[in-house]
Amino acid sequence: MATQGDLLHVVTLDEISDQRRTLGKLLIRGSAAIMAATFFTLWLSVTGWIDLEFETWRPALYAYVFWGICLCAAQVVLRGEQGKRVLFVLPAVLFVVAMVVFPLLFGLTIAFSDWNLASLGGRKFNGFDNVRQMWNDPFYWNALKNMVYYTLAILVEYAIAFGLALLLNSQIRARKFFRVAFLMPLMLSPVAVSWMVGKSMMEIRFGPLARLARELGWDSPSFFGSPEIARFMIMAMDAWTFIPFMMIMILAGLQAIPKELHEAAKVDGAPAWRGFWEVTFPLMLPVSITAILIRIIFKLKLADIIINVTSGGPGGATDSVTSFIFREYRDRSNVGYGTLLAMVYLVLIVIAITIFMKLVDRWMNPRY
Amino acid sequence: MSDAQIFHDHPDDPPPRVGWWVGRIGVYGILILWTVICLFPIYWTITTSFKQAPDVMQGNMVPWVDYTPQWRGWKSLGLSPDTIGQVSTVREEFLKRFWNSTVTALASSMLAVVLGSCAAYGLSRFRYKFGFMRNPDISFFFLSQLILPPVVLALPFLVLYKELALLDTRLGLILLYALTVLPIVIWIMRDQFQGIPVELEEAALVDGLGIWGAFITIILPIALPGMVAAFILSLVLTWNEYFFAALLTSTNAVTLPVMVASQTGSQGINWWSMAALSASAILPLIVIGIVLERYIIKGMASGAVK
Repeated sequence: MATQGDLLHVVTLDEISDQRRTLGKLLIRGSAAIMAATFFTLWLSVTGWIDLEFETWRPALYAYVFWGICLCAAQVVLRGEQGKRVLFVLPAVLFVVAMVVFPLLFGLTIAFSDWNLASLGGRKFNGFDNVRQMWNDPFYWNALKNMVYYTLAILVEYAIAFGLALLLNSQIRARKFFRVAFLMPLMLSPVAVSWMVGKSMMEIRFGPLARLARELGWDSPSFFGSPEIARFMIMAMDAWTFIPFMMIMILAGLQAIPKELHEAAKVDGAPAWRGFWEVTFPLMLPVSITAILIRIIFKLKLADIIINVTSGGPGGATDSVTSFIFREYRDRSNVGYGTLLAMVYLVLIVIAITIFMKLVDRWMNPRY
Repeated sequence: MSDAQIFHDHPDDPPPRVGWWVGRIGVYGILILWTVICLFPIYWTITTSFKQAPDVMQGNMVPWVDYTPQWRGWKSLGLSPDTIGQVSTVREEFLKRFWNSTVTALASSMLAVVLGSCAAYGLSRFRYKFGFMRNPDISFFFLSQLILPPVVLALPFLVLYKELALLDTRLGLILLYALTVLPIVIWIMRDQFQGIPVELEEAALVDGLGIWGAFITIILPIALPGMVAAFILSLVLTWNEYFFAALLTSTNAVTLPVMVASQTGSQGINWWSMAALSASAILPLIVIGIVLERYIIKGMASGAVK
């Protein structure tokens, strides 16, 4: 990220009068005070100290939006031209803080409580009970183990995507047609895919895939009967939708390689496969790693297909963490426990991705 | 002898290129096989929506050859030619879901592109310091949202939205979807802005435009293809989103994927009506994919090549 920041350095003449400065500070503090007052009043009315007819916390949202607008306006009032630059980033930051940081902090507080939305009891702090429950929950560990399998499947997807990208990059006719056709699965919603492929084409009696399997000699095809085959089918469907994504990234990388390098390899008498392994593949490593990393991130969110096709079955063999928590909430509406599981998952993901990136960094830039 | 060769190849001539032909056939064979793998489910869904029960059971594939297409599936949605004029509650419901999906996808992509483009432009041009956060930290703050799995936010949002009366509203979904695609938009747009020379803005500033004036009148038109790419990618992701929609909506704001999913759960699936429903859920994006393929590829490729 070398080309970041301070490219457009312009010295501006900003004469901010004292009056203007006071006005700006007044804007920020005044709106913050209004927001605090709104929150306080709402809190009082919710806990029952004063009797105001507030059904929900909705006014708090308006107060936050109002404070955000005042803060942005005050930047210009206070800092002139510099303030106008802050306006580029500030709205996005405020948006993300409100939508991620606040819910995450809130999530941390509910992760350590017993809170069943279906019961009227409300939230009860229960310390580390959820952690203990998680430790003894075989289905959660099973789901984590499945995630490892699902993530490993990315290597196969990568190989297929690389092969297809090589084909698309070679001398072929109707390249645009093939590209559009290969891109199609990415456009489809996973829910529609799970019906189209998982429920109708793999239907045991009439589905075309079942017919094909019978033709090929599998007498009683059952795609979701045994754990291994079911897991493989989920992997296949997910791969089907996301291979185009990796393929396009790799194709873009292939097209960025200068032709001269291939010609030089050819002139030196390298056969095609050596040319691939010693020229193309090493040059493609950075692109490949970006593609795989993004694919891993998407894979860790895998849930829609599982929820709709197998809902975790048979016996939790196809569960991903997300689908497991989804059902945990749907069946028992236990918000506290589900949130804790999700938080643990987030921590594990952050650790795993950090290690992955460190390893890649070590491998790409070896220090001798 | 009749089969005597009249013309002889010179011994130095290259032999007939058998290997080349085998290679060509292999390449096109794989390409066509993969095309079939990619397109067959779509074909199957669309043709099934015109089938009747016996056609499904006999496994008829080709319309007009194996079976006569009927409007059966579309009739059950109230969208066939003979029912389109009549009042139909199913169609009302379907159109409501379709409209919900359209509004949420368009509005959230719009919001994400506006917020994301501004942020990406600012980060690529100016130096910031928010507390301890400097430019790389702010960039990381935005892009790290990509790692956040939706399930972490799902349950806190469920509780918060309930308190804020945003549960089962389109506004709630729009805000959340905008958040999920924002890092992707910033990723794509940052790449776009880095490719535009700073001299353009410098010239505009010298000529008396303000920073925002230069951004809107000079830079945005140049970065427009990138913005379209980011918008289309966001559109695809938000249109297809299921997880949040399933958790946070119940009656009013239900989107198309949730409707599709709720139909599969019911006993005794009507193949033709499910096929019609799935087909109508995927058709808009198939059209977008065919027409705007260039932009989608541009969007996905932008992060790949530095």
